[in-house]
Amino acid sequence: MATIINIKEESVLDVKDFQFTYAGNDAPSVNKTTMPIAKNSITALIGPSGCGKTTLLRCFNRMHDLYPDNRYDGEILFKGRNILQAKEDLINLRIQIGMIFQKPTAFPMSIFDNIAYGMRLQGMKNKTELQDRVEKALKDAAIWKEVKDRLKADANGLSGGQQQRLCIARAIAVEPEVLLFDEPTSALDPISTAGIEELVVELKDRVSIIIVTHNMQQAARVSDYTGFMYLGDLIELGKTEDMFVTPKEKLTEEYITGKFG
Amino acid sequence: MSIILDKIFAHTSKFIAVSILLLVAWIFTVLLQHSMESITALGFDFVTETKWAPNLEKFGALPAIYGSVVSTFLAMILAVPLAIGVAIYLSELAPAKLKTPVGVSIELLAAIPSVVYGMWGLFYFVPIVRDLVGGIGISMLTAGIVLSIMILPFMAAVTRDAMDTTPDILKESAYALGGTRWDVIKDIIIPYAKAGIIGSLILALGRAIGETMAVTFVMGNVHQISMDLTLPATSIPVTLANEFTEASSGLYYSSLFQLSLLLLVISFTIISIAKFYFLRRKRVGL
Amino acid sequence: MTHTTKRIIMNNIVMTLSTISAVIGMGFLFWILGILVINGVDALTWTIFSQEGAPPGYENSGLKHALIGQLLIVGAATVVGVPLGILAGTYLSEYGQKAKLAETIRDISDIMMSAPSIVIGAFVYAVVVAPMGHFSGWAGSIALTIIMLPIILRTTDDMLNLVPSTLREAAFALGAPKYKVIIQVVYRGAKAGILTGILLGVARVAGETAPLLFTSFNDNFLNTDMNEPMASLTVTMYNYATSPYEDWQKLGWAAAFILSMFILTLNILGKLFLLKKKGR
Repeated sequence: MATIINIKEESVLDVKDFQFTYAGNDAPSVNKTTMPIAKNSITALIGPSGCGKTTLLRCFNRMHDLYPDNRYDGEILFKGRNILQAKEDLINLRIQIGMIFQKPTAFPMSIFDNIAYGMRLQGMKNKTELQDRVEKALKDAAIWKEVKDRLKADANGLSGGQQQRLCIARAIAVEPEVLLFDEPTSALDPISTAGIEELVVELKDRVSIIIVTHNMQQAARVSDYTGFMYLGDLIELGKTEDMFVTPKEKLTEEYITGKFG
Repeated sequence: MSIILDKIFAHTSKFIAVSILLLVAWIFTVLLQHSMESITALGFDFVTETKWAPNLEKFGALPAIYGSVVSTFLAMILAVPLAIGVAIYLSELAPAKLKTPVGVSIELLAAIPSVVYGMWGLFYFVPIVRDLVGGIGISMLTAGIVLSIMILPFMAAVTRDAMDTTPDILKESAYALGGTRWDVIKDIIIPYAKAGIIGSLILALGRAIGETMAVTFVMGNVHQISMDLTLPATSIPVTLANEFTEASSGLYYSSLFQLSLLLLVISFTIISIAKFYFLRRKRVGL
Repeated sequence: MTHTTKRIIMNNIVMTLSTISAVIGMGFLFWILGILVINGVDALTWTIFSQEGAPPGYENSGLKHALIGQLLIVGAATVVGVPLGILAGTYLSEYGQKAKLAETIRDISDIMMSAPSIVIGAFVYAVVVAPMGHFSGWAGSIALTIIMLPIILRTTDDMLNLVPSTLREAAFALGAPKYKVIIQVVYRGAKAGILTGILLGVARVAGETAPLLFTSFNDNFLNTDMNEPMASLTVTMYNYATSPYEDWQKLGWAAAFILSMFILTLNILGKLFLLKKKGR
């Protein structure tokens, strides 16, 4: 049985007896898991490749629904409702729970249009309002200075680190309540990585964050809570500072001391 | 010994590869040579003259050119929306169980010889056109429709391939912002794969304009220019297929070569535009 | 109505239209396939394989002449076209690589693959049929070879390119001369791919009618002399289908069925070879 500490904050998401199975598989890829996700905090999910951390992350915005026949069991509670229900409005859910991917995903359009995209999807047409919101998002993502003179330029002309900030700006522009980061720095150089980490920490006052990372130092640097997963099981969820110093589970200890992984 | 064999192998393969270029140059030269009599005798009138009457030594290619343009245009109008619809269905919409079987059948249908499409057109489609719009059923309209059905599988398959080049992660990013399938298609996939899609459509156009057998059965080979699409007509390849073996007089013979040359130049141009302007080289599209 | 509702409605409209177009497209295509099978199977008898062509109205008429002619014409084109295409493709992938000359040959071949085949017929008429003074099976084979060459060349080029360069380097490091590396290592590594190219190339030319109309022409009776005009399935189909005689039209459908099944089989085999290679 996993060691799960109680979190002092209110939880934004509550995973209850949750299980996820990919289409065509008999065995689930995420086994019976129960865990709270703290509000306005950063929760990191760590573990060796194939442990199910990215799979779990993609359940929170029902990304698995894009591909047929994947199966969710149990509950994930968000604002008092189970978001795994068939009647869940996925468009609305994804507006409230944003996502940043392993690689920067600048859309084939201008920098401005990239940031405005999510707001336009929601029907915002007012030019000045759009401009204000785009500017604010770019400032919040600490990229405004670099791009303010070329908002009309193709977003694919930006560097990798800039593009990832652009994607963060695009995600926060629609003011989500939760942001999911799926190894956001795995394609970036160390300097860009440091910048993104700093940004993630700054964002937590406004959004609750879940970050999947294969980099334990990154989890230690940015997160408040860390969950360690292994072979589809959540082994331990604890306060980050405690977990890296005094892990409760043997498996966790072996992993963070580099005995496997 | 090894060194000599090595040289022989290298030089033979290079010689054959270069021969392809020489062959293409030779094709153009031969067609031009055999067209000379008609070019000198008819000059520019060849492409503006509307009367084609071999018995009167009158050779105006305009009806054939008009027929090629109109039938191909009709085919494109009908095939492009259908092909894009099929491509969207295959790349974004089809349930996993149908995706591969439907996709493979489309590719296989693209391999069926065009003469079969022509036969189908003649025996099954001509009567329908005759009943619906009158006339004899053999017409410009029939040719356009049969041609559109013939190029549909090729067009749909290459358009789908172009759409499939969009990285999944890019599509997921748009879904993650609350986009619907259509939002993702129009805002992400189409802009991302634009060049590939347009290139594929133009490539299909290049093939359609040179297509012979699918239309020969149903067009009628009548050299006339009419706005009435229900009347028989002709196109450049249809004229060639029907009249090449009948050409006896020097000028008749030569004017048919000039038609061939014209067709080759037109398709070369269209295919080159598709290839060099829109499609970067990738694996062969078989 | 909120903007999101509008988006969802728009999405449903477009998705419905797309599904409808897929159904219409597939409907037409299966219609054609269906009549091909119905008419083909209906017309298929043993006499088709055992009897030559006959004037309309004769009971004992078949397609033996066209089947044998087709085999000879396509067979000769394959025997000549395949080795030439493979060698030329080898030059592009192994010697020319990214050089300007090789790139030009690739571009021109790509264009030739989509060029109108009837024009090739006209060319062969001018350089073979006219000087010889008559149509011939050889002329048909030459036309098909010209059509097949760029296909084999480009697939060989692409397939050889997929062979990892480390494999070549390992062979060179053992002191093998280049032609041996190519024949013994590269060809072996790309075997399935090259075979697919050959199958698709043969399938493509086997369905050609236009370039045969005025090269191999036609013959209603069995002829195995490639210096003479020769029947092919495709030209026979064209002639029989456009004739007013019902028994000839029926033979035309039989020819269409046999030919289409042959071509579909080659295509399916080609795809399987490629799949098998990917699976490894």
